[in-house]
Amino acid sequence: MFQALVNPERFMAFSRWAAPLLGAIALVLAAAGLFLDFQAPPDYQQGYTVHIMFIHVPAAFMSEFVYACLGVASFLSLVFRHALATAAARAAAPLGAGFTLLALITGSLWGRPTWGTWWVWDPRLTSVLVLFLFYVGYMALESAIEDEAKAARAAAILALVGLINLPIVHYSVVWWNSLHQRSSLLRTDGPDMPAVYLAPLLLMLLAYMAGFGALWLVRVRGEVWRRRAAVLAMRAAG
Amino acid sequence: MFDFDAGRYAVFVWPAYAVTGLVFAALILDSLLRARRWKRAAEAQKPGAPE
Amino acid sequence: MRGFSLVLRRELALSWAGGGGPVLALGFYLAMASLLPLALGADPARMVAVAPGFAWLVLALASLLSLERMFERDFEDGALDLIALGPAPLEMTALAKGLAQWAAITGPLAVLAPIVVVALGAPLSLAPIVVTCGLIGGLSFCFLGGVGASLSLGSRRGGVLIALIVLPLFTPPVIFGAGAIEAFGAALDWRAPLLLLCAYSLAATALCPFAMAAAARNALS
Repeated sequence: MFQALVNPERFMAFSRWAAPLLGAIALVLAAAGLFLDFQAPPDYQQGYTVHIMFIHVPAAFMSEFVYACLGVASFLSLVFRHALATAAARAAAPLGAGFTLLALITGSLWGRPTWGTWWVWDPRLTSVLVLFLFYVGYMALESAIEDEAKAARAAAILALVGLINLPIVHYSVVWWNSLHQRSSLLRTDGPDMPAVYLAPLLLMLLAYMAGFGALWLVRVRGEVWRRRAAVLAMRAAG
Repeated sequence: MFDFDAGRYAVFVWPAYAVTGLVFAALILDSLLRARRWKRAAEAQKPGAPE
Repeated sequence: MRGFSLVLRRELALSWAGGGGPVLALGFYLAMASLLPLALGADPARMVAVAPGFAWLVLALASLLSLERMFERDFEDGALDLIALGPAPLEMTALAKGLAQWAAITGPLAVLAPIVVVALGAPLSLAPIVVTCGLIGGLSFCFLGGVGASLSLGSRRGGVLIALIVLPLFTPPVIFGAGAIEAFGAALDWRAPLLLLCAYSLAATALCPFAMAAAARNALS
């Protein structure tokens, strides 16, 4: 199993069946999640908008999770200079940015009916916004440097700097929010959440996770082919 | 069985789901098309080579 | 240590002299301060509420201005290659560059800050906290900025790219500094946020040179 992550040939063989499998799992989980989602009753406080929670919370969670994956891949890329790690980091960024964007948009739509404004400087939403900027900065830096190897290394350094800063950003935003005594808009009651909400939420979260896995594998495969094409083109020319 | 009556929240809830669907569709299409394009490019360089 | 002081003196000379040193950043700071009343309407009550936060924010932005030059000149004329190959570790040079930026650019900004704050209508009593936060927070801005500057070496976009990379990283020091200034003004506990700002700045000063050196080596490779 470990070989599949280290050896490009084995990775391609592994991902060939793993990616579609994860995709299928994601679809099944999403179907089940949505099924239970629309059976859940409206929340006594939030009304029907509670249904946005089932697509917002997984997106917000994934935005952070993918950044952690990006950080780990970047670290491995820097330390071991392994091509697959570099490909994995590069592949994860747009996916993470997509989840972050979804978290921001759904968060805004979730907050609007309750708070009357399109944006609330809720600590979690603010953290997600800063995270979105981290992703954008990462992708901008990578595309701004012409030499691909240099771009990958520079982006990896940035990803690690961002990863280290992320908990500090969280802490500072939460601290700032407590200072101004704004209550948290997007409270999810955690384990106290009634099962009728918790079940679809967990299913959707797993669905998003599986979906990320599938798409990540697909994108890394794309990167592997891209490198092969480039290497072969160079050999043919030289 | 399903509760689809959003009432006055419809203008918030359905666009949220729509945007989610759109972003996923975009990510899926982009990932698959990109992978397919590079696969073809790699195979064109060396036709018949195993994956 | 002697080696370090030599490196530091070189960097200070470059920062002060090149392109007019702090003049650019100070001019930017004053210009932004002048625009605030024009943008808000000269209602003193509104400006007083916004003044400390605005002055703090613009100080952070002004410190971005000379970042491009931090590594670029040495990179372009080959001096950075020599420095990287030389006896002094590149991390030490990065530390010196950050400190020089702090002394040459953020230092003057911190001194100007209370004047700006008062000009925008805030009470003079805020002066000590604003200068303190400016000086301490300035370390964060310079070193985080240095990371951005070194990462962008050899890229096509320069200044805007650096800003995009660096601004979200500014979030914690901006929050802690603003918190300290506001708490001081409201006679609340300002020591806690100031300590947090100190902690962040010290960590940035200690850790960023490693990232800066790694990024510089990458650009030179």
